[in-house]
Amino acid sequence: MATKTLMKGNEAIVKGAIAAGCRGFFGYPITPQNEIPEYMSSLMPKAGGVFVQAESEVASINMVYGAACTGTRVMTTSSSPGISLMQEGISYIAGAELPAVIVNVQRGGPGLGNIAVGQADYFQAVKGGGHGDYKLLTLAPWSVSECYHLTALAFDLADKYRNPVMVLADAILGQMIETIEVPDKIETYIPPKPWATTGRKNRDKNIINSLWIVPQVLEELNLKLQAKYALMIEHEVRYDEYKVEDADLVLVAYGTTSRLCKTVVDMARKEGLNVGLFRPISLFPFPSIPLEGLAERGKKLLVVEMSHGQMVEDVRLSVNGKTSVGFYGRSGGMVPTPSEILNQVRDTLNGGSSCSCCCRTRSEEVSR
Amino acid sequence: MTQKVFERPRALSENTFSYCAGCLHGVVHRLIAEVIDELDLMERTVGICPVGCSVFMYDYMECDMIEASHGRAPAVATGVKRILPGSFVFAYQGDGDLAAIGTAETIHSAARGENISVVFINNGTYGMTGGQMAPTTLVGAKTTTCPEGRDPAIAGYPIKVCELLSSLDGPSYIARVAPVSAGGLAKTKAAIKKAFQKQLDGKGFSLVEVLSNCPTQWNMSPIDSLKWIEETATKHYPLGEFVDR
Ligand SMILES: Cc1ncc(C[n+]2csc(CCOP(=O)(O)OP(=O)(O)O)c2C)c(N)n1
Ligand code: SF4
Repeated sequence: MATKTLMKGNEAIVKGAIAAGCRGFFGYPITPQNEIPEYMSSLMPKAGGVFVQAESEVASINMVYGAACTGTRVMTTSSSPGISLMQEGISYIAGAELPAVIVNVQRGGPGLGNIAVGQADYFQAVKGGGHGDYKLLTLAPWSVSECYHLTALAFDLADKYRNPVMVLADAILGQMIETIEVPDKIETYIPPKPWATTGRKNRDKNIINSLWIVPQVLEELNLKLQAKYALMIEHEVRYDEYKVEDADLVLVAYGTTSRLCKTVVDMARKEGLNVGLFRPISLFPFPSIPLEGLAERGKKLLVVEMSHGQMVEDVRLSVNGKTSVGFYGRSGGMVPTPSEILNQVRDTLNGGSSCSCCCRTRSEEVSR
Repeated sequence: MTQKVFERPRALSENTFSYCAGCLHGVVHRLIAEVIDELDLMERTVGICPVGCSVFMYDYMECDMIEASHGRAPAVATGVKRILPGSFVFAYQGDGDLAAIGTAETIHSAARGENISVVFINNGTYGMTGGQMAPTTLVGAKTTTCPEGRDPAIAGYPIKVCELLSSLDGPSYIARVAPVSAGGLAKTKAAIKKAFQKQLDGKGFSLVEVLSNCPTQWNMSPIDSLKWIEETATKHYPLGEFVDR
């Protein structure tokens, strides 16, 4: 059974987390995710969990670290500048192999940037972000429904791999209201956690640590982490496709941008252009093999992002020169309009310049 | 008939300390272990060790231990204690850890009256990184980053943590001790025990500042370092109970 209702993305993140058994939330206010700590402050205690408004994002992530040590499902949420402050703590969580969920409702950057939508924290999320050789499993919702379900899934994955998981949303997803079917109950599995520091009653002492002073031992930990990441690449790739079968050109986009691109696919098809959409849902592990498959079938790719070219690098690595990969990006809270994207689509299919990333100037911008 | 009158506390492991000769870190570890034994807390204790010379404290204690990032032990302790209110949680922190990089976490966990206990080792220097100036280094004292002595015109003044935290309503117990004599050792242990008992009674944040030494970075013999604490450090950092409620 499920209940159909209207909900904001930020609220869906809260509800999905609680449904998945999250019982600890630690956070600090920052727009555009303030509804999350606000809802959490009342809903979490009702669910029998803990809510703490921390003094900073540095404190939030370290409270998450401590709370995760107990084996309880816990999370923090923030937006771009706050996520930057958390990076040392996230690296410790990865190094100590603790399960935890971090949500980034991305805004415009760099610096204080603004509170409008952005997708420029992609590199930070999927390439490490903090120091050391670690990876965050990263999930990118495109709807309020996915804000709910991917947040819930994040807790299962965090426990399964004993690894931090990031949900990479954005200001539009956080603020937008749409219909969602909220299930009465969700499938979730919380494994036993014999490693947790809960007091050593009836067992040997447990230590949670990321310090390995002997180089050989630290390298062994790194190799163990790498093996874990390889398993994620094998089992956790998630993506969605729309009208790619007969497409000559496939748009590649995630999150809010992928919604715009879906509209563009329909607009293009009305003009007789065979266009499709490929939407990565897991950003790490990145869906490289299916993208390579599209390239091998001779399809051109056009990546659209609200940044000046971040995910496009992973797309290019995936196809490894087997097809042309164009790029179109806006930033700073500017949202690419469907007609802007459609112009790029027409250009690309006509064989024109199709890259507006940092290496080339957007032709229309120059002529404006 | 022989009778055992002195033994290793159960809560202290058999591992050899990595501390320099004469360093009080190991002494304070032992006092904490004795108190944990006496209050019968080992089975429900989660200890948080800092980044600093005592980073390996998890090897020296027999209870569950967590290694925190530099300065964040009170936040980590908050996370544990909020989720497990029935556990006993202590944090062990140096002066760089607690009063420089971790100042915000210290003040806010105290202000929240977080029901945790902090043992604060004030040795006036950054022992682990090579004897640099700490937030507690006294005016005129020489360190590797103020080789001519701490000059207030350049580096300002040392922070008196107990006095600072005493202005807050959150703490239940704040005391400063100096384990440099038999009497001082007894008072240190008594203060730690009182601080731990406050947590057990649900009274909220407790902190014991231990005036400690660093013979290695102070370039002093262990005996001289104890004398220096007694004769000089205690003048600037008066001993006693600042909060007890
Ligand atoms: C974020 C970060 N900054 C700096 C360091 C380096 N560091 C390690 S220990 C330490 C100082 C420790 O001094 P203190 O807290 O006084 O403890 P002590 O070693 O004297 O016992 C510093 C600065 C670190 N590990 N992490
Ligand atoms: S450097 Fe100083 S504080 Fe560190 S172990 Fe040696 S004497 Fe103790």
